[in-house]
Amino acid sequence: MSVALELAIEGIGVCAPGMADWSAARDALRSMNRPDTSACTRPAPALLSPNERRRAPDSVLLALAAAEQACAMAGQAPRELPNVFASAYGDLAINDYLCAVLARTPLEVSPTRFHNSVHNAPAGYWTIAAGCMASSTALSAGGATFAAGLLEAAAIVASEASPVLYVAFDVAAAGPLAAVIACDVPFGVAFVLAPARPEPLARLRLQFRSDAAAELVPLPASLHALRERNPAAASLPLLAALARSEAGGFDFALHADQDLPASTLHLEISF
Amino acid sequence: MPDRIAPLAITAYTATCAAGRGSGAIARALETRSGGLTANSLSTQPLACKIGRVDGLEDLRLPDALASLDSRNHRLAWLGLDQDGFRERALALRERHGASRVALVLGTSTSSIGETERAYRELDADGHFPAAQRRASIHQPHALGLFVAHALGLAGPSLTIATACSSSAKVFASAARMLHLGLVDAAIVGGVDTLCDSVLFGFNSLQLVSDEECRPFDANRRGLSLGEAAGFAILERTPQSGKVEKGTPLLIGYGESSDAHHMSAPHPQGLGAERALDDALARAGIRASQVDYINLHGTASLHNDAMEAALIARRFPATTRASSTKGWSGHTLGAAGILETAISLIALERGLAPGTLNTRELDPVCGPQLRTDNAEADLRIALSNSFGFGGNNCCLAFARGDEA
Repeated sequence: MSVALELAIEGIGVCAPGMADWSAARDALRSMNRPDTSACTRPAPALLSPNERRRAPDSVLLALAAAEQACAMAGQAPRELPNVFASAYGDLAINDYLCAVLARTPLEVSPTRFHNSVHNAPAGYWTIAAGCMASSTALSAGGATFAAGLLEAAAIVASEASPVLYVAFDVAAAGPLAAVIACDVPFGVAFVLAPARPEPLARLRLQFRSDAAAELVPLPASLHALRERNPAAASLPLLAALARSEAGGFDFALHADQDLPASTLHLEISF
Repeated sequence: MPDRIAPLAITAYTATCAAGRGSGAIARALETRSGGLTANSLSTQPLACKIGRVDGLEDLRLPDALASLDSRNHRLAWLGLDQDGFRERALALRERHGASRVALVLGTSTSSIGETERAYRELDADGHFPAAQRRASIHQPHALGLFVAHALGLAGPSLTIATACSSSAKVFASAARMLHLGLVDAAIVGGVDTLCDSVLFGFNSLQLVSDEECRPFDANRRGLSLGEAAGFAILERTPQSGKVEKGTPLLIGYGESSDAHHMSAPHPQGLGAERALDDALARAGIRASQVDYINLHGTASLHNDAMEAALIARRFPATTRASSTKGWSGHTLGAAGILETAISLIALERGLAPGTLNTRELDPVCGPQLRTDNAEADLRIALSNSFGFGGNNCCLAFARGDEA
């Protein structure tokens, strides 16, 4: 069996419909009421100037809003933190724009939209806005994106003995892609993770297992549907445990390929 | 500064690009200075530029079990796995350690977006994707990871790093951390990126594409030539003794950083690139003066080359040779890191320091390190630079195997 990584959660950020920040998410997750996911305001990260906010893609606003909450809660300066941005799909609205223009008038592609289309655009905007010169990674792992990003961030914490900002987010699909990609609400979540220390917000233990994922801490039915609507919402069981200060274990399947042996990231949370 | 790390053994590697299929063919192209750039005939509407296109992908047929994931990118991935006996080595690695104990960390910038582009050109009367393109797994960056995991039967942690043109350099850092922490027993790393309208017309919109073959570090350079490539490597921990089989090259360091400057232009003083370099040297436990060869990012864009040439000139002695090999392959974007890793390893293995193709008159900002001609030399330590949009930088350090 694989070794385990032990770390501390120092800050949390959430940005999703009906859960504009961690405090709203905590209330929703404690009360077990389904948040009103139709309530959707454009996130407004304070790190960007009003001008930059107006021009920034939705994926950037979503990721940065969650990220700055987590840093503020942890009392960590964004400029110091290595960061990992995980998204299954990137900015699907920009993909929709690009592919639609390319199909008709490819010479009219907007240069700004093109450089905003890179998967690491939110990471890039974050490092530029925060003046952060530390390492920055953007990754994708399909349905296992939240778990894979968490693992990458945890590995940096353990290797560098340094706090790390971890952000997972996806925006809703747009245009013809919306009928193909199962992602119809925005969801962003962020954590500041740090080496294990006394009295953290919460303790995390991560370990690979070569067995099938089990549902160890079931999510209330009211939130179950939301989890299926955005890959970053795979974080909901973990957020629910944090909201309720409830110790428990979670399994995240690392792939959905029936032809391959099962493989799981097992996570335990304690307080 | 980060602490020194234990070297990792690179027990297999391969690459395929316009200049050749497999490391032998690429080495011959380097030796004979035969570049692979040709006139663009790939974009769906005309665009006058040279591209580094891999021939034969149009006729390549994936095995039936992988046919549902067909795309130009995956055809190139399949072709790439076929070179240098890499697939057999990867399957043997899986048998040795178990499918769940091998990490798969790949890099790409556009993955299979060529298929999404095609779906938009072929929308049905109702504005929907044609039935054959309603494949959620192909229209996402991790399509590459899904394809290779399936092709090699790997079930361990699998992630696709997409930080534009540093993607498949950063895979080494990610895999090195997992190996050093003992999370996995081996890792397969790599990257695949293919030419498509998004990159050709996208880079064109930024006025970064040259109408001629790219001339890295030339005083009169006019921009980059885009290319496509696939490459893979196997990373394993070295035995406690530190001794590896003679000739096995080593990953000895990596550095990752951000410019915190601009989305599509590098930091003018190269401060981010220098930070990645410093971290790579520190993890390798070496000084700049010990570096024999540097494979530069050297895209032939005005700003990248000015920044990178000045960085090399101020940090390295005249005895360090530095070059860009993008004149052979074009800029292969998310696959540049793995392709240029393979070229750096070829350089160490064969004592061949590649020069810079197509460059006629070096920019005066270049120091004596910057070479246009090839040279035979005793090379022990090589660096590879990769920089991406968003100001995302990665520097890798390699050593020839007999140095362990």
